[in-house]
Amino acid sequence: MVEKKNSYETGFGSDALKNPQRIVFITKKTSAKVKGDAGRQLMSFPHLLLRESIAFQVMVIVLVGIALLWDAPLEQLANPLVTPNPAKAPWYFLGLQELLHYFPPLVAGIIIPTLVVVAFVVIPYFNVNVQGEPLWAGNRALRFKVFLSILVALVAFLAIFRAWTVLVPTVAVAGPLLFSSFLKPEGQPAWKFLRTRPVSWWVMTWFITVSVVLTLVGTFFRGPGWSWVWPWRGHGV
Amino acid sequence: MATSSLAQAFGRLRATQVWKSIFRRGPARTNRTRSLAVFGNLFLHALPVKVRDKSLRVRATYYLGSITFFLFVVLVITGILLMLYYHPAVPQAYRDMKDLGFVVSNGVFLRNLHRLAAQAMVVAVFWHMFHVFYRGGYRPPREFNWVVGVGLLLVTLFLSYTGYLLPWDQLAFWAITVGTNIISAMPILGRPVRFMLLGGNLVGENALLRFYVLHCVILPLIAIVLVGVHFWRIQKDGGLTVKETFQEENGRKEE
Repeated sequence: MVEKKNSYETGFGSDALKNPQRIVFITKKTSAKVKGDAGRQLMSFPHLLLRESIAFQVMVIVLVGIALLWDAPLEQLANPLVTPNPAKAPWYFLGLQELLHYFPPLVAGIIIPTLVVVAFVVIPYFNVNVQGEPLWAGNRALRFKVFLSILVALVAFLAIFRAWTVLVPTVAVAGPLLFSSFLKPEGQPAWKFLRTRPVSWWVMTWFITVSVVLTLVGTFFRGPGWSWVWPWRGHGV
Repeated sequence: MATSSLAQAFGRLRATQVWKSIFRRGPARTNRTRSLAVFGNLFLHALPVKVRDKSLRVRATYYLGSITFFLFVVLVITGILLMLYYHPAVPQAYRDMKDLGFVVSNGVFLRNLHRLAAQAMVVAVFWHMFHVFYRGGYRPPREFNWVVGVGLLLVTLFLSYTGYLLPWDQLAFWAITVGTNIISAMPILGRPVRFMLLGGNLVGENALLRFYVLHCVILPLIAIVLVGVHFWRIQKDGGLTVKETFQEENGRKEE
């Protein structure tokens, strides 16, 4: 019988003189590990562990302090026959509930959240996000036209649905975006930050601004029938 | 002096066979024993032995990832204590809330701490994510860890949401009713998914039990596994992003 040798057998050829088959390849590419090895290094024990324990202690002290002063809400026993007005979701879903006020449930409740999650997942797999080149570094005139068209279409769409609480933060981010295209490299150094932002920065900043505004509006500015209320006026029962 | 006698006592403790059997290394006075302290310890071995001093600066991370994890630890501890006083049944669940308020020693504090840490964890997860994004921490070779992080964000939201129902008060009942009604807007799968989640067509006893099991068993287990992968991958992907190099790279490209 012929003994078949497994090509993946480890340990085979560990005697370098008998089986000189180990080869080292040196490639031109630098590994990620080497690339990241910039700067001075410290031992994790104790430097990292000490800082982590301080962070933990500060966090626990703050948490306990607030937990002593603030009480977790508890309302009446659940009653399926008595619907509170407004019935609100937990605060982190109030942005979605605010969207539900404007758009059909399929769009606001399913499609938009799914798209947001998909968008988050694919961020690192698109070169435009990885390279992070300034938005206006390429063909400025063409890009300006493209972005202006997208913004006008978006604003028109939001205006048709009367989604003002989405429209206002969108315009608030779109303003600096369009403004940044007119900034010259030789201009004010203070504007350098705005001028060099990549497109991913603008999209994420827009997303965060809209989310924060929607969550705040949903939490503090919405009363019975999801009508607009001013929190300091205290909407009656 | 008190300190020196304390140090002496600790030194004698370290010399005992019992101590040596637990911590095989000697005192962490050399870089070798300091390394052993990290990778010779089950609970620390996911950490790197060395870290760049730039990534230790507060501004580099604000310790947001660590704080998120610490909040999770606080939630597990307070959550287990709360489980001792809780029955996932209608209307006993609500009575247990009242008992926590009026009968159980420090019950109010326990519930406050759990509720507060839960809200704080949602905030911390989002903040951590946005901070990592703005530092470019999602770039290769860290792209998979970013995806794991998105998974952890969803698990955190779902953990918080399932916990929201457990007090069985009006706030809980209607928040879950509003939320699960959205699911039925999904085409074809909407109603079956909602039925599976609630164990019925309405938020009732079955829904309470299912949310309880999800909240106390299934989701925490998923979270622990994902956190393990997330931490381990930080080290395998070459540590935390250092902003300086990121900016240098950007600057070079700009010219």
